[in-house]
Amino acid sequence: MPNINTSEFRSGLKLIIDGDPCSIIENEFVKPGKGQAFVRAKFRNLRSGRVIERTFKSGESVEAADVLEVSLQFIYSDGDMFHFMDEATFEQYAATVDAVAGAARWLKEQDTCTITLWNGTPIAVTPPNFATLRITETEPGVRGDTASGATKPATVETGTVIKVPLFIEQGELVKVDTRTGEYVSRARE
Amino acid sequence: MEGSGCDWRPDASIDALRLRARVLRAVRAHFDAEGVLEVETPSLGSRTVTDPSIESLIARDGAGRAWYLQTSPEFAMKRLLAAGSGPIYQITRAFRDGERGRHHNHEFSILEWYRVGFDHHRLIDDIDVLLDTVLGPGPSWRLTFREAFSRHLGLDPLTAPLADLHDACRSRGFESGAAGTDRDECLDWLLSVAVQPALGSGRVYLLDFPTSRAALARVRTGSPAVAERFELYIDGIEVANGYHELQDAEELRQRMQRDIKVRSRMGQPVPEADDRLLAAHEAGLPACAGVAVGLDRLVMLAGRYRSLREVLAFTQDTA
Repeated sequence: MPNINTSEFRSGLKLIIDGDPCSIIENEFVKPGKGQAFVRAKFRNLRSGRVIERTFKSGESVEAADVLEVSLQFIYSDGDMFHFMDEATFEQYAATVDAVAGAARWLKEQDTCTITLWNGTPIAVTPPNFATLRITETEPGVRGDTASGATKPATVETGTVIKVPLFIEQGELVKVDTRTGEYVSRARE
Repeated sequence: MEGSGCDWRPDASIDALRLRARVLRAVRAHFDAEGVLEVETPSLGSRTVTDPSIESLIARDGAGRAWYLQTSPEFAMKRLLAAGSGPIYQITRAFRDGERGRHHNHEFSILEWYRVGFDHHRLIDDIDVLLDTVLGPGPSWRLTFREAFSRHLGLDPLTAPLADLHDACRSRGFESGAAGTDRDECLDWLLSVAVQPALGSGRVYLLDFPTSRAALARVRTGSPAVAERFELYIDGIEVANGYHELQDAEELRQRMQRDIKVRSRMGQPVPEADDRLLAAHEAGLPACAGVAVGLDRLVMLAGRYRSLREVLAFTQDTA
């Protein structure tokens, strides 16, 4: 990959820092009137999600990271790897458990996810913001209780336990916000 | 024609532009009352600074000749001083390539003035009078470069070993060792990220810079020797840079040659030394002190704005 000069730093730019692909969150030009210019940048490590801060001398170059975000369909998991497919080309990609990380809690076959590819390999998986999931196990529902706001635990088909209102029955479909892990509403097929 | 949908609106609010106009009027009234002459010098020069930390923008005329957009009016104003102008001031645009950020724009306004017979301390008194008018009366402090580093970093910037400077940089997120950073660059970084923000609110004049950062200030012998240069910080933001001016033509020539060597070593553009400035120094620059104030930053501070964008009608992104 080409080297990127600090003058081209912009938020969202992907670079290799300490061997890992990172994305610039923000960067600041620092320069005393009569002195060396610096660029101070905050990065998100795209593998670990951690935020790091780095300073470069203005004019330094940093290796660009070949990072791409693609929409892929989740097809299956074999326990070790999660397999995804490009619906246009049918090309398949295998992501490690580490790369999938927390997204595994919501992944259902045929869901379309945003996958971050680094040199063609998945390094991060973002599930759809809202997932429609079936309740596989929960206490029997309390009919009519739609106002109390009380909740009970319920297991969804991916095995994740969420909190749902008391009126939700086993076997029902619910809409879940995958960013917060919270129940949103009942859902239909 | 393209047009619809373009971002045509100014960066600054009209209120900010009114404030700018008020500041300009106050500045002119101050110097008029003080008997300092307003001058204008060219924006396009056949020569430019050699300072390795300042890059010039270049304009080409129809014949292909390069003209340097001036990075400050300093050299031309010193030629006027050598010609017997007496005390002078100028409000002008200056241009510096590659400077772009919250407090930088590649084109900006400088207020620069020279007081014949003043040293830097008397010039600072003069600056304070002007600031009282523009920002409202307020106290100011004078602190040496050495005191500031020792107070805020526990380091003696003039004598600490380079390894200690690298350690101080590293603990603040800059792998200066790996970047092959020299002593001056370490001090620049530490000044910007550790000392400057710790100076607190109000006006602080930092005095007596290391001789390696003398720029065009005279050096005061002593142990160690220091440069009679100062910088003004207001609320931690660099606003002005001034000197008890170097007069010696031979010393000036040597500093320019040193700059040129650094530039060729670093692969930077290498402009010729300004021979007309050297000739003016040979003819005799009167003993004087001079200062350049970042006028946009001053307007920003006067209006309690947080970025230059809020006080520039159009920044380089919308120009």
